[in-house]
Amino acid sequence: MDDLLQEFVTETHESLDVVDVELVRFEQEPNNKKILDNIFRLVHTIKGTCGFLSLPRLEALAHAAETLMGKFRDGAPATGEAVTLILATIDRIKDILQALESDQREPDGTDSDLISELERVVKQIAQPASASAAPPSQTVGILTPQVLERPLRPGEVSLDELERAFRETEVDPSVAARLGTPAKPAPRETAHNAPAKDDESKSGGSQSIRVTVDTLEQLMTMVSELVLTRNQLLEIVRRHEDSEFKGPLQRLSNVTAELQEGVMKTRMQPIGNAWQKLPRIVRDLANELGKEIDLEMHGAETELDRQVLDLIKDPLTHMVRNSADHGLESSADRQAAGKPTRGRIRLSAYHEGGQIVIEISDDGRGLNTSRIKAKAVAQGLVSSEEAEKLSEAQIHKFIFAPGFSTAAQVTNVSGRGVGMDVVRNNIDQIGGTIDVRSVAGMGASFTIKIPLTLAIVSALIVEAGGDRFAIPQLSVMELVRARGNSDNRIERIKSTAVLRLRDKLLPLVRLTKVLGLEPADAGARDDGFIVVVQVGTQTFGIVVDGVFHTEEIVVKPMSSKLRNIPVFSGNTILGDGSVIMIIDPNGIAQSIGSTVSSQLAAANETNVTREVAGSRTTSLLVFRAGSTQTKAVPLGLITRLEEIDARKIELSNGRHMVQYRNHLMPLIRMSEDVRVKGEGAQPLLVFSDGVRSIALVVDEIVDIVEERLDIQVASENSGIIGSAVIRGHATEIIDVGHFLPAAFEDWFRSKDRPTAGRIKSVLLIDDSPFFRDMLTPVLQAAGYEVMSLGAARDALALLKAGRRFDIVITDIDMPEMDGFEFAEAMRREPSLKNTPIIALSSIVSPEALERGQQVGFHDYVAKFDRQGLIAALKEQAEVGQAA
Amino acid sequence: MSNDEHLSEYVTAGIGGQMFGLPILSVQDVFVPDRLTRVPLSQPEIAGVLNLRGRILTLIDMRRRLGLEGKSSDGQAMAIGVESRGESYGLLVDSVGEVLKLDDRARENSPINLDPRLARVCAGIHRLEGQLLVVLDVDRILDLGPASMAA
Repeated sequence: MDDLLQEFVTETHESLDVVDVELVRFEQEPNNKKILDNIFRLVHTIKGTCGFLSLPRLEALAHAAETLMGKFRDGAPATGEAVTLILATIDRIKDILQALESDQREPDGTDSDLISELERVVKQIAQPASASAAPPSQTVGILTPQVLERPLRPGEVSLDELERAFRETEVDPSVAARLGTPAKPAPRETAHNAPAKDDESKSGGSQSIRVTVDTLEQLMTMVSELVLTRNQLLEIVRRHEDSEFKGPLQRLSNVTAELQEGVMKTRMQPIGNAWQKLPRIVRDLANELGKEIDLEMHGAETELDRQVLDLIKDPLTHMVRNSADHGLESSADRQAAGKPTRGRIRLSAYHEGGQIVIEISDDGRGLNTSRIKAKAVAQGLVSSEEAEKLSEAQIHKFIFAPGFSTAAQVTNVSGRGVGMDVVRNNIDQIGGTIDVRSVAGMGASFTIKIPLTLAIVSALIVEAGGDRFAIPQLSVMELVRARGNSDNRIERIKSTAVLRLRDKLLPLVRLTKVLGLEPADAGARDDGFIVVVQVGTQTFGIVVDGVFHTEEIVVKPMSSKLRNIPVFSGNTILGDGSVIMIIDPNGIAQSIGSTVSSQLAAANETNVTREVAGSRTTSLLVFRAGSTQTKAVPLGLITRLEEIDARKIELSNGRHMVQYRNHLMPLIRMSEDVRVKGEGAQPLLVFSDGVRSIALVVDEIVDIVEERLDIQVASENSGIIGSAVIRGHATEIIDVGHFLPAAFEDWFRSKDRPTAGRIKSVLLIDDSPFFRDMLTPVLQAAGYEVMSLGAARDALALLKAGRRFDIVITDIDMPEMDGFEFAEAMRREPSLKNTPIIALSSIVSPEALERGQQVGFHDYVAKFDRQGLIAALKEQAEVGQAA
Repeated sequence: MSNDEHLSEYVTAGIGGQMFGLPILSVQDVFVPDRLTRVPLSQPEIAGVLNLRGRILTLIDMRRRLGLEGKSSDGQAMAIGVESRGESYGLLVDSVGEVLKLDDRARENSPINLDPRLARVCAGIHRLEGQLLVVLDVDRILDLGPASMAA
């Protein structure tokens, strides 16, 4: 292709993109002369060049459009119709350019339809235009008179006028930056307009050159090689301690790192490039749908790798379309809802810890929870009973499920069955995540997090089955060392291995097993390193045999013969020269099967919501023992879930025992109906209070659920607190406290219940959710109404707000405000100073007791002394009654 | 005119006791595979991947590919580097022999009773003194067919 023509096509494309954006802006701010002048100048340039290159079709189109815009400049109102027409003309010009690019000549055809239409509009607005004829636009500076060699064509501007347009127009640097087009030569400052401003000269064209993408790619590949070689050299020097290479290599290493950064920078493009078509799209949509929409864009200058940019362009466009079509209501609906008639779509982008965060939000109606729920049920993604239990946020996540689209009606705009699931797929591909928050009537907001680049990533090198693998650091949340006897022990719920990590249960998957590296007879091993990874909303642990170090790796595409393996995303050459495979956490997530993980994810999620909302749901372990009826116990009370070989169970003194961690652990049956197995594996729930452990014999562990623990029917039977509805079934809630004394006679036992009468309310403050979970049912069962809080500050605020409790139970060791401070603060409040306070502590020293006296604790109970606490409560309640 | 225009050069290789020939034009290099990384879940014919001067090669186990049984010989295995569609591969063989110049007109079609796994990649047969040389077609060797994912 002719170089000149090529240059023209590229440049014109860029100009047109700017015109697109500017026109939409102009329509919104019809009085902004600057914008109009800018557009005018761009179109004029196109026209001029077309004439020079003898492209008659383009010239005629540009000329007609320019004429119409000239009318605007003369003060004619910019009607929507006229702008649409100009946009259509620009589209036509783009089409012709495309053909020009491929065929190297203007395609045949005529544009008389558009041109006559343009001329018609020009005539139409000619009247008011001539009325305000000869606008005396004020110019500063001296005009150099220009001589024209030929008469003006109809609608053509004189050179003088053109000159003025150029001078008055400042290139809007923000537009240029947003679009990332190499800035055009700024309008040449005429000598009498000097001195030129610094920033303006900076945006001058000589500061940037055009480089083909291929050249950059090539450069990137070479730098990748350099990084690899550097890594190899570092590896060699690491083996030879006192090497004279060390110094120079260090320098080489630094230079390489800088070079890598520099080359990466050349690949960076502002995200505005992916946004530049959006104003136009939104405008057209608004017209089509009869809505009024404002599009706000923030952080368009945020840069990211062009490879990543290419991949998110379409998802972003799709989501903005979605917001405009489904998210925003019609103006009438908005008015009815008391909102401003103009809907708002807001796009923002910013950097955050090696990732770029993009948010797309609208102030529309929000996601339709009930419709999503209905559809999820209809598509069999969830049963209708389960759906009822899900939180709104959980239901909203279904929009990312494959094949899910909520548009009840297929519109031209969106809702063609390709919906958010496709968006999610695209984002998954580049290792990103997407999340949604929506409030009915207030709007929806999508958050996308994506890595800045894909070419060089930091990875954790791990070992499994004797081979090494790389796990991209981006998805790694943390590393946990699992040992047979430590707290970080791998446990099993039925056959699913899980790790209890800070109040969360993580499904585990052994890397050797996923990769098929495990010999068939490999037993379940309980040690290793657990790499906790997050994929989308799913968190799980990958069990590996060893962890080496992290390394900057250059991701190389896999051979086409290996691309069918979903658990690998690529391969790389390590510093020591060997090739290793890069694990794709997405692939691993798929391979572990969705049921268990999503169940746990759901449970964990509610857990989080609970913490936030403060509602009182509890994780419950549901099991069967003795009968078909399900029983449940708060998961927080259980120390471990065990499955032991039934042959190890011994009978001693008429009781079942098992040797467990060098101690004899008694096995408790809840009733005579529960049978201790004679052979096979016997599932046990182990409860410990530090030193002593007992195990409850169960038939089968059914599930882990997250429920509001709402005991509806209190039980007459000892050992059962009462019944609650869990997952639609009446379930007995077990009183663990009852069984502990059954095992150890020295476990203090009492039947203290508060005397009849008004139910006493208790405020329980403990920063550990475990103790809150443990004590709440115990206290409830003892007949108290319990409210539990995690922080003394919150409790104080609640009390100061006028909420009254009969008794306050508080932990002593707490962050921020400890129990002593809390008690002192309470005592300072006249209205609270008579409320009895019971302190809980694991440390009972004489000093602590004394201080407790001073601050006014009424009683002091050791943390594990459940019966002591009940007794103390009873005493205080009676004192209160007597008073 | 000489006979040269009818002559083709072959790199000979021994695989499971049989002699094979690869057209020399398709051979990039011959090397001793070192630091082979196996790839879990890959097709059985793929021996693994390795780094050859900064490039990642996929190594094809020719015994498996051709369905030839038996343990590999005691000697050091060799690999023949080939290229296909911009990707580099290594063909893992028991031994690499000399380069032979053979007359195309002497090449015979493969016998119809040839083992089907062999027949699929065979481009003809040369009768040499005392043994047969099976000419291999590199593109067909690398066409492993649809991957049957076990996982």
